[in-house]
Amino acid sequence: MDFWESDDLAEHREAARAWVEANVRPEWVDEQRRSGCHQTMELHALLARDGILAAGWPPQYGGGDVDPGFAAAVFDECARLGLHFDGWATTVMVLHTVQHVGTEAQKRQYIPAALRGELLIALGYSEPDSGSDVAAAKTTAVRDGAEWVVNGQKMFTSTAQVCSHVFVLARTAPDAPKHKGLSLFLVPTDAPGFEVQPIHTLGGQVTNATFYTGVRVPDTALIGEADQGWSVMRVALVYERGVSSPTSVERTVADDLAAWAREARRPDGTAVLDDPLVAERIGRIAVEEEVSRLLGRWMNWNAAKGGVPGPEGSMRKLFWSEAGQRHFSEALDILGAEGLLAPEAPGAPAGGMFEHDFRNAVVTTIYGGASEVLRDIIAERHLGLPRSRPSL
Amino acid sequence: MNLDFTDDQEALRGAVREFFDKESPPEVVRAAEPLGFDAALWRKVVELGLPAIAVPEDRGGGGAGFVELAIAAEFLGRSLAPVPLIEAAVATTLLTSVPGEATPAADAVAGELLATVALHPVTGDVARLVPAGAVADLVVVLRGEELLAVRGPGGPAGAAGAVPNLGAMPVADRRLDTGEVTVLAKGAQAVAAHRRAVRHWELLTGAALLGIASRALELGIDYVLDRRAFGVPIAGFQTVQHRLADNSTAIEGTRLLAYKAAWAHDAGLPSAGTLATMSLLFASETAFKTASDSLHFHGGYGYTLEYDVQLYFRRAKAWPLVAGDRRVAYARLPHRLFDATEA
Repeated sequence: MDFWESDDLAEHREAARAWVEANVRPEWVDEQRRSGCHQTMELHALLARDGILAAGWPPQYGGGDVDPGFAAAVFDECARLGLHFDGWATTVMVLHTVQHVGTEAQKRQYIPAALRGELLIALGYSEPDSGSDVAAAKTTAVRDGAEWVVNGQKMFTSTAQVCSHVFVLARTAPDAPKHKGLSLFLVPTDAPGFEVQPIHTLGGQVTNATFYTGVRVPDTALIGEADQGWSVMRVALVYERGVSSPTSVERTVADDLAAWAREARRPDGTAVLDDPLVAERIGRIAVEEEVSRLLGRWMNWNAAKGGVPGPEGSMRKLFWSEAGQRHFSEALDILGAEGLLAPEAPGAPAGGMFEHDFRNAVVTTIYGGASEVLRDIIAERHLGLPRSRPSL
Repeated sequence: MNLDFTDDQEALRGAVREFFDKESPPEVVRAAEPLGFDAALWRKVVELGLPAIAVPEDRGGGGAGFVELAIAAEFLGRSLAPVPLIEAAVATTLLTSVPGEATPAADAVAGELLATVALHPVTGDVARLVPAGAVADLVVVLRGEELLAVRGPGGPAGAAGAVPNLGAMPVADRRLDTGEVTVLAKGAQAVAAHRRAVRHWELLTGAALLGIASRALELGIDYVLDRRAFGVPIAGFQTVQHRLADNSTAIEGTRLLAYKAAWAHDAGLPSAGTLATMSLLFASETAFKTASDSLHFHGGYGYTLEYDVQLYFRRAKAWPLVAGDRRVAYARLPHRLFDATEA
């Protein structure tokens, strides 16, 4: 037993920092915040140019000889600066899916282009009437000769405004049971009949609604077999675990709050941290953050070991997201009136990031498995309790 | 990072679990109430060498570490074993760590003397509510800047001044003025040795609460799978399932934190003391919520003494409470973590 946390990327850090120093412009962080788009295309082109996107992929599909450790360190260093790569993260998930279930022609068509930075893929699963119950999708795709015609609407198609494709979950066998009539298509965003509209969010991120009106795609856009979309999606979900948590950039609210409370003064001149009402809450946050971190380490360690995924992913996501929401809410209370101040406000504590992160935390218990879905998974698969949802 | 136990530790887990399952079933726990001490079981625990398992071999101990002690404490908690293993292990470690008078240390290691530690510094002549104080031959006490070993009064292990309490624990007040008092250490050394002992107690009690929580969760799951209402097992209701899922998640967090604290101790990390406190805090929250929910899911039966879940509910609240109000410990944490004023 050994809880020592070594930096797996240590040998690549220096080179990665040099790359970031030479290529990354700090204003991209502000730009992502201002535009709400968590994907910077200028940066993406540079990552493609230097073979960082292609690191670790097989050569026959455009993989290069850049060390995957170096590539991971570059992404990690960029993430530390506050840059997001949401569009690339979803693209990687889809590329892995294509690699697993696609035809040889599809692998050669999509993977090399994506690694050259020419192709970026958003996920089109959720709809206005279906989120957690993703298999209830109503968007349809109907075969017409060598083509498919797609009609419907997708919600929360994040980064679609800069993507070349959307990975669309559509119903292809309307009379089959709900999980057995689905298929997945790579729909180009420049196809006639495709439309994208922005959705503004509480956390500042701008996601999208995407509309599909008689969009025609060739048969080669069908990924995996027709009507087998549910199992194709599950391939992608396995890879979601690997990209959804950049663990080295976890923010510690307790540390930041303690730093503020040590300097801040009550009207009588005493340090805010000397108020036990404040110190007790920071102490509680520190304990829960340590537990969150450990659940994350457990998840990563188990994944690295290559074992069958257990409940650790669901447990980590559930605990981390729910604790995080409590912590940001407590943080604003502890800051008092100053907790109101947004990043744009002069003199806001920690540059207004408490206020920003408080708003942003709202979505964490909703995306990537809502808390209720995770509790169902833990109850059924880990505790052996009966299924509570209706099965159709 | 390697979150697996070693083969030896796995073997120990199996052996300790089997021992407590066999020797400390609920009937034994109930029979030992209200004192919370079973002399025959204690002799067996001593024969196994568990209290001195972490004492170096050249001092007569088992030469293992606090990960091994935490394993023993986890399964002690799981079966609510009515033996002061944690207190004896902490006191024995303390006695062997202070230089000078070697006799009580050797006797404690040999299991011929049952020692404990008063968790709170004493100002007058009475150490209040000492854990295992009702059955210990010797109590280590910090008074001012002196670390004292107090023998007697009360003679051999027995119900010396036991006080009725929520957790059926052998707690008792111990007088310093009528006992035989020896000075073990003085000054900063005494204070530091006592603080280390308290951290050890926190670490092992955190592990014991992990065991309490794990078993309390199982009792709840077993019951809801069995009990039917409105024609279906109540295990099928989401409001029941989701609370059990939350508790199960917290238990996995408790497990990671408990063994990280034990590992940090054995690795000699400066953060070990703080991790021990954090582990106790989180373990006590988890154990009480889990036992409380599992009791609630038993409905009216949970309120009766007949079902075992009440045994867990009472101890989940009582065992950590000997150390004082949790919120006071939480309030000290930021200073310990971020100002490094105290380990």
